Amino acid sequence: MSNSATIALAGNPNAGKTTLFNAITGARQRVGNYPGITVERKEGSINLEGIKINIVDLPGCYSLSAYSPEELVARKVLVDERPDIVVDIVDATKLERHLYLAVQFFELGIPVVLALNMMDDAKKQGLHIDRKRLSGLLNCPIVETVARSGLGKQELMQAALAHAKERGGIWQPLKISYGPDLDEALGVMENLIESASFMTDRYPARWVALKYLEADEEILSNGKKLGGPAQELEELVQKTKEHCQRTLNTIPEAIIADYRYGLINSILRQDVLTHEPTQSERIDMSSKLDSVLTNRLLGPLLMFGVLYAMFQITFTLGEIPMGWLESLFGWLGATATDLIPAGLVQSLVVSGIIDGVGGVMGFVPLIAIMFLMISFLEDSGYMARVAYMLDRVLRIFGLHGCSAMPFIVSGGIMGGCAVPGVMATRTLRSPKEKLATLITAPFMPCGAKLPVFLLLIAAFFSENEAQIMFMITLFAWTMALLVSKLLRSTIIKGDPTPFVMELPPYRLPTLQGILIHTWERVWQYIKKAGTVILAVSILLWAAMTYPGLPEDTASKFAADRQSITVSSQNEEQQQALLVEIDNLEAQAALRNSIAGRIGTFFEPVSQWAGFDWRTNIALVGGFAAKEVIVSTFGTAYSMGEVDPEQTASLSNRIAADPAWNKATALALIIFVLLYAPCFVTVVTMAKESSWRWALFSTVFNTLLGFSLAVIAYQVGSLFLA
Amino acid sequence: MENSLRRLGAHEKARITAITASGEMGRRLRDMGLVPGTEVEVVGRAPLKDPVALRLRDFTLTLRNNEADCIMVEKMEGNNE
Repeated sequence: MSNSATIALAGNPNAGKTTLFNAITGARQRVGNYPGITVERKEGSINLEGIKINIVDLPGCYSLSAYSPEELVARKVLVDERPDIVVDIVDATKLERHLYLAVQFFELGIPVVLALNMMDDAKKQGLHIDRKRLSGLLNCPIVETVARSGLGKQELMQAALAHAKERGGIWQPLKISYGPDLDEALGVMENLIESASFMTDRYPARWVALKYLEADEEILSNGKKLGGPAQELEELVQKTKEHCQRTLNTIPEAIIADYRYGLINSILRQDVLTHEPTQSERIDMSSKLDSVLTNRLLGPLLMFGVLYAMFQITFTLGEIPMGWLESLFGWLGATATDLIPAGLVQSLVVSGIIDGVGGVMGFVPLIAIMFLMISFLEDSGYMARVAYMLDRVLRIFGLHGCSAMPFIVSGGIMGGCAVPGVMATRTLRSPKEKLATLITAPFMPCGAKLPVFLLLIAAFFSENEAQIMFMITLFAWTMALLVSKLLRSTIIKGDPTPFVMELPPYRLPTLQGILIHTWERVWQYIKKAGTVILAVSILLWAAMTYPGLPEDTASKFAADRQSITVSSQNEEQQQALLVEIDNLEAQAALRNSIAGRIGTFFEPVSQWAGFDWRTNIALVGGFAAKEVIVSTFGTAYSMGEVDPEQTASLSNRIAADPAWNKATALALIIFVLLYAPCFVTVVTMAKESSWRWALFSTVFNTLLGFSLAVIAYQVGSLFLA
Repeated sequence: MENSLRRLGAHEKARITAITASGEMGRRLRDMGLVPGTEVEVVGRAPLKDPVALRLRDFTLTLRNNEADCIMVEKMEGNNE
């Protein structure tokens, strides 16, 4: 530790850890992922007394057991990266609860400095903490901080650095007595572990013994692989377990937790924590707010109001910058068309790259505004209440209270977007529920699917447009919930993750925290747009362009054009005829392209749902972005590119086509609603879960959509046609 | 009188006597501070009566009714609400 040091920030969720991290590092942060899981790794660095300090923000956790990915990650960083010191941030108003984690750090032996955070709240509540005495009893430096204002952060960093130097990287595990029964077993196990050097390169011997008694899954499975005394240890644990069961009617795990809390209590009772009888203001304010915000009648009403408002704000406000971006990319496209001579290169740059990236960047304002609001709701403590109120309903379908938000954002109220929706599944801390939410959220009628629905409704169900739109939304929710239930009782089977969740007190979020959080999301998305998404959009462009028309067909169109220009018609008529030929040529080229061939190839199968090759191509295009469906339809019906906002002529054309009827329209509506999410969503899904699940949802959703479309078409043909 | 936490009414206080959950559930409850001897108070229930919100060790915790079934409590005297 000559000229650099590593500090790990640890603490319970809601202890103000992220706020303190932001206060210390400012904007100099790097965000990444721990390999293999979606837990974020945040790092930042500062210079102090000529030493470069690298700060790792560990994920918030309540304990060092192997309960959640967050806890596993925290443990892994501590033992594998061996930071010079851990700064454990505890909420001074919840000292007893938060010291539980600290005690486990002491048992691990890693050097610790305690940050007593939220001292301002503690004082307001009349809590007095004898810092010197506590510091003496815990044998570690303690600094008082107020993360929101940054108070004490300098002192904290200095104390951490000083203590790290003093300890010089030596771990000194704290030995806690767990009562006669366990202590004896622990002693035997510790000796066994020590003499066999069993995992002692990573953990202290007594800690390994403790984890064996706590039946820690990670340590047990690692131990099994290593062999050595693993077998013997397990037998010892079994014996101790039986003994505890017989004499105390409990299990070692429970005894260990009891003694840890016992230790904390005995420390706090030594005149460390005194409570002057003043009004505990924040709790009062929070419980007063809760009596309204989670009230039986008012609570749900206000919640739907908040969710609806959030949705409206995002999409109304988002529309403005989205318009700017649209114009910008429109201008770029036009400029490129002017600069590059007509031909394949122009088509690649304009239709492949600019349109592709433009379509993706168009989502950026939506994501930014959405996450501004989600961060606000989360940091303020309201999100936890939403989960609390909705859990009873969503649990029926194998979901979690926190699943509501992703559904709504994805289009649970007409016109959302699955990309921020899928990103919003981050708030779910339970992996199975998160996966089910992630796969079903794209069923919602997102804004890009709406033009397709409007087109078909205008053509076939124009008399009751509003009702049909409402039915579509209802159907989407039904499908999302039922499919979640199906997934959770088959491939993502498993007991519901325990709901046990903290309801944090209401707080006004800090602007810095919200901005940093939002910026991280937006930046991650932009980075993706520049890589994977660009590649896929070029691929899709190629699929709809190549191999082009064979020479003889192309020359036939050229000849037609020639004959018109030399004909005796006036210029206006000539122009109209020329456009018609252009459109016919585009149609022929599209049919001959790879996408067209795929469409034609699948026609025999897709006919079961009433889809011809034109529909198939449009649906292939829809994988790029659902907006593309309508414009591809236009080309396939040789009407040129159709603006999704102006579809009257196209809908008349479809309505007049004998191949179309109400049953076809219904089948297509169902299919478009449910089939593969657009590839931007797929990439986002892969990022939030894994490529395996992203591909699964692509295939599964398509098959599901197709089966239902076939049923709708076959049944519909009997009644509607 | 020993009873499961589910039977506790709003604003009733009780002391935990035992946690009957094992495995992941039990560990989670203990990590959150639900161990025998702890005093808890029911501060509210969600609009559909489930989950339930508890106050213990100066913080508020929510759990589902079926999870509350694993927590045995004895009611404390002096429930003045």
